[in-house]
Amino acid sequence: MLKNKDLLGMRDITPEEIHEILNTAELMKTVVTSNNKKTPHLQGKSILTVFYENSTRTRLSFELASKYMSGVAANMSASTSSVAKGETLIDTARTLDVMGTDVLVLRHPMTGAPHLMAKNVKASVINAGDGTNEHPTQALLDMFTMREKKGGLKGLRVAIVGDVRHSRVARSNIYGLTKMGASVVVAGPDTLLQPGLERLGIEVTDRVDDAVKGADVVMGLRIQLERQKKGLFPSVAEYHKYFGLTEERIAMAKKDALVMHPGPINRGLEISSAVADCPQSTIDEQVTNGVAVRMALLFMLTRRKPEAAGL
Amino acid sequence: MSEHSKEKILIKAGKVLTPSGARISDVLIEDGKISSIKENLSAGDARTVDAKGMWVVPGLVDIHCHLREPGFEYKEDIASGTAAAAKGGFTSICCMANTDPVNDSPVVTEFIRKKARDAGPIHVHPIAALTKGLKGEQLTEVGELAASGAVALSDDGVSVRDANRLRLGLAYAKRFGLKVVSHPEDLDLTNGGLMNEGYWSTALGLAGITRAAEETIIARDCAIAELEDAPIHIAHVSTRGGAEVVRAMKKRGLKVTAETAPHYLYATDEWVRDYDTNTKVNPPLRTDDDQTALIEALRDGTIDCIATDHAPHHIDEKNVEFALAANGISGFETAFGICWTALVKPGHLTPEQLFEKMTSAPAAIFNLDAGVLEEGRVADVAVIDPEAEWVVDPKHFLSRGKNTPFTGRTLTGLARCTIAGGEVAYEVK
Repeated sequence: MLKNKDLLGMRDITPEEIHEILNTAELMKTVVTSNNKKTPHLQGKSILTVFYENSTRTRLSFELASKYMSGVAANMSASTSSVAKGETLIDTARTLDVMGTDVLVLRHPMTGAPHLMAKNVKASVINAGDGTNEHPTQALLDMFTMREKKGGLKGLRVAIVGDVRHSRVARSNIYGLTKMGASVVVAGPDTLLQPGLERLGIEVTDRVDDAVKGADVVMGLRIQLERQKKGLFPSVAEYHKYFGLTEERIAMAKKDALVMHPGPINRGLEISSAVADCPQSTIDEQVTNGVAVRMALLFMLTRRKPEAAGL
Repeated sequence: MSEHSKEKILIKAGKVLTPSGARISDVLIEDGKISSIKENLSAGDARTVDAKGMWVVPGLVDIHCHLREPGFEYKEDIASGTAAAAKGGFTSICCMANTDPVNDSPVVTEFIRKKARDAGPIHVHPIAALTKGLKGEQLTEVGELAASGAVALSDDGVSVRDANRLRLGLAYAKRFGLKVVSHPEDLDLTNGGLMNEGYWSTALGLAGITRAAEETIIARDCAIAELEDAPIHIAHVSTRGGAEVVRAMKKRGLKVTAETAPHYLYATDEWVRDYDTNTKVNPPLRTDDDQTALIEALRDGTIDCIATDHAPHHIDEKNVEFALAANGISGFETAFGICWTALVKPGHLTPEQLFEKMTSAPAAIFNLDAGVLEEGRVADVAVIDPEAEWVVDPKHFLSRGKNTPFTGRTLTGLARCTIAGGEVAYEVK
């Protein structure tokens, strides 16, 4: 069982809760990979994905997860400009809440938006990515993938490489992995790291080679091209040469190291095509696991409501 | 002038703080002036204020607040702002120019002063803009503004981006005796930041504001003031480095003064942890280490005074995503309690030192006739209860701005009675 009504971040949940989510996701994965993708777990429940930013895999995987479990799923897309001009987030959230929604899945360009929504609705809120803060379901699916491939998380050395500063995937993985006893090292140019990262209980380096050396898992992060214009790195070619995940660098990791990436990838920028498509790459499987993890979460959060048990 | 009659008021048996020190005596107020400070005074028909166990001090002076009128009356107006100030023990306040229209012309300055006179006895001294529309370009009519009653010049809210424009402003304003107030913030370094840059901004995934954004502009503005041999006042110092730059500049002989605000002495960036937009303020809440340095800077005189930076906002401007929320704290009604709780109770400052930082010292910065309690002066008095413990509840604020991060905190020290110009402006019933 989950302690809180909402899943807002890996910062707020316990190792026991993470463990239980991953165990439940294991069961759900058998559904996703089976020929008959239908369970009654979300019968009579409605799930709404509310996306203020573009997304393919996150939104779709929540929608499929709901449908595989017989839940009702609908989507609301809003441009961010309408936030500033029109209805406030709280008003939108209340409107959606009183439509009988059980779970609101929110993606929003601003840090803390799901926290604000959660305070104002009865429905459970799942953070599907807020600003530069967290993306907990991505971290859970990443951890699920690592656990499945490596047999456990404790003692793993995980290198997270790239734009750590702006990455909600990185932050959620840092919180989740350190809670589960993995050791995390982040690497990238100093312009894409932040002060105080060490105090999250991780290693920090601006030399990607040092981070990748001996790693069990190497995770690349997406670099947005507009960062170049803002002066955070000088050119794609130089970034790829010094900070990209190349075959030579991946060779420094353990032989059976996993290569992960939350997608979408920029081939030839943060990761070379050869690395993205190598046998150790789990990029596609992460997507499958994402559906399983989201099924587990939707099930666990809707099971919390005592009055729902009798229906 | 106010319609109210100037009644006789006798403040009995308080610890009265005058320029020659503090001692138990009575204070008699007649015709709006302090007529006598002696023991065992009696005045049969006077209204009596029992001040046993209380401090009787000059009415507090705040040289940095936002009253929002004209233009933003939904946040605050001069009547509600001065009522809140009185409740906080303040009798003289200086309001910043970022209203709508901006206070960049004598008409607006005069409007504010008239509204304030109509509102009651609290003395309101407008600070006019240094540049037209706070745009950092054309100078305001400094001479005309001074003649209309502006007491200083500031583009507070933004720093003057073009260093040469600031140089010209400092050079020109000198002739009219108006001090320029610097809002020290390099917007390029702030770079859209939302809270102090450090562990908590990293942990919370909010873009950080480096201390260097403040420190570089303090250094820049001081260097320019030195060039013109002009006085300069630095608003809301919030960092260790900022205090150190001011200290170095004072040692160098510059005519620089500085203030900090109560919230920097009590709250830290950790308070942002639940994305409470009431903790969003500019400059942002900093760290324990900055707090320690600010307290030391108050003690050694580097920071001359405490100013509230009272910045009321409507709830709709705070009840939104952190990035969209307005900056600022409604500060009049908590300022004294916070300062007493954070500075005097732990022994960092004596009561006398704190009162100086909130009365005579700020008054001296803008040459205000305020902040001193002695016979013959205008009767601006605060009766302070140093023992009173109270819990902050913005529902009880007289300010329209209920935006405070201190809700539920227990503070020690409050104003029981505030007298301005010989009139009771506030009294705890």
